[in-house]
Amino acid sequence: MTKYDELTEFLLRLGDSALIQAQRLCEWTGRAPALEEEMGMMNVGLDLVGQARNWYEYAAERINDDTDTDADTLAFRRDERAFRNLLLVEQPNGDFAVTMTKQFFYDAWQFHLLTMLKGANDERIAAIAAKSLKEVTYHLRRSSQWVERLGDGTEESHQRMEKAVDAVWRFTFELVEKNDAELALSESGNIPALTELPGKWLATVNEVFAKATLTVPDAPNTFYLSARTGMHSEHLGTLLAEMQFLQRAYPDASW
Amino acid sequence: MYAQQVETGTKAIKSLAEMGPEERAFQEKIDAEIKIEPKNWMPDNYRKTLIRQISQHAHSEIVGMLPEGNWVTRAPTLKRKLQLMAKIQDEAGHGLYLYSAMETLGADRDEEIEKLHSGRAKYSSIFNYPTLNWADMGAVGWLVDGAAIVNQVPLQRTSYGPYSRAMIRVCKEESFHQRQGYEILLHMMRHGTQAQKDMVQDAINRLWWPSLMMFGPSDAESPNSAQSMAWKIKRHTNDELRQRFIDQTIPQLELLGCTVPDPDLKWNEERGHYDFGEIQWEEFYEVLKGNGPCNRERLETRRNAIQDGAWVREAAVAHANKKQKQQAAA
Repeated sequence: MTKYDELTEFLLRLGDSALIQAQRLCEWTGRAPALEEEMGMMNVGLDLVGQARNWYEYAAERINDDTDTDADTLAFRRDERAFRNLLLVEQPNGDFAVTMTKQFFYDAWQFHLLTMLKGANDERIAAIAAKSLKEVTYHLRRSSQWVERLGDGTEESHQRMEKAVDAVWRFTFELVEKNDAELALSESGNIPALTELPGKWLATVNEVFAKATLTVPDAPNTFYLSARTGMHSEHLGTLLAEMQFLQRAYPDASW
Repeated sequence: MYAQQVETGTKAIKSLAEMGPEERAFQEKIDAEIKIEPKNWMPDNYRKTLIRQISQHAHSEIVGMLPEGNWVTRAPTLKRKLQLMAKIQDEAGHGLYLYSAMETLGADRDEEIEKLHSGRAKYSSIFNYPTLNWADMGAVGWLVDGAAIVNQVPLQRTSYGPYSRAMIRVCKEESFHQRQGYEILLHMMRHGTQAQKDMVQDAINRLWWPSLMMFGPSDAESPNSAQSMAWKIKRHTNDELRQRFIDQTIPQLELLGCTVPDPDLKWNEERGHYDFGEIQWEEFYEVLKGNGPCNRERLETRRNAIQDGAWVREAAVAHANKKQKQQAAA
């Protein structure tokens, strides 16, 4: 299992998370609760695949090995142990409450992270972050509104939201953990310090959950699993088996 | 095109002399190519026929997302994934747009969707066929959207204003989908491996005849066509449109270097058109009756989507009501 330099790993974390989140949204095709949501989910998914491609292209240039790594090989030819996406986004869709809870946690994380990254010294990161942030601002508004509607909707929707939060909360530890690699990146001047990210993420969750009449659980106690080292849940493998099927089955093909 | 065999509720077309003053004024407007708008007087059967036709078209856009949903999670590159996702999003948009046009006639979206789910409303037969390899995503774009465009381009001039305007927008996007679909196939044929070329030919073999069936029964079997044409909600006969589609598609097929599974297909110099073999109409009617390879799955998926989403829609309404009350109290 290859481990790249810290900046490349960081780019993969961003790109992989966006792609896997989008892949889960694709699974909703033709199954959304309303036509407007078919469009909404596809819209968010399209933005995220676009973002993934931008991060991958930069990562691929940095990897620059003799195997012609490009954005597509990063997306479609790596095994699960090499994927750096947040554990949160690889979790199955469940019902609309689970899907929207995952989306909201991820959007809030992206929003604050990208807001910080658009000030990065690395101009490439700053540019991708600034472009993505415009999209993610809308994503976060949409998912916050849904969390509020469903949390403070009917008795049933409230219960479903509580169950959804309970199901995925433990994977949010990655959104608030301090990390040496990112600290090193900020010390070397590539990216701004991300020390405020956990606090900002939690503040957004608190604010939206208050409106949604939902309780914010205690800090999760999760160990062993970590996307940074490719220690994923079992869900990622089957997701990749589906997503990567054509590239794996026909390695010499051109699409 | 997605509308096949639309019942018009009329047995014989009235002449202007047989019509009352309102209906005569209505027909004269149509004859003069003046659009009918939602608030204008219109015969009851014109309204009902249009509701059937537009809702069938809208249902087809929505059901048509499902065969593509089967491959969007397996698209082979980021570019192809983005293209397919955008196409699916366009189709949801077309559905919304068409349901809105239909609602200007006094129909209700939810009621019409309920008719679809209970099997009382139709959608295009083509979406009851399975998509079995990636080339199907190209072939659907090229052939299915291609056939839809041939049908819809004349409908841009249809007599009902909101429908005509919806068609203008839909046609633009579908031409784009068609070119994109063709490009998927052309790339596989020109730059692909033998396995990929085989996929393309296999996709065409399976989708060719069902695409021709999209134009509906032959003119001899289309009792409703004359009335629809008099109302200008249909502007060419099924057979005319089918011939036009074949004539424009075969040169594109040749450019791909592929064939269609029709030994009788050949250019007829005298007619200036391609001759083609007999369509298997029993298969067409079986699919319309609900016995196609995927009818059951397609409807079940749509029914489940609406049922599983009921609590979401209820919550949205409940929340909006709470908000309204809070605002009123404040």
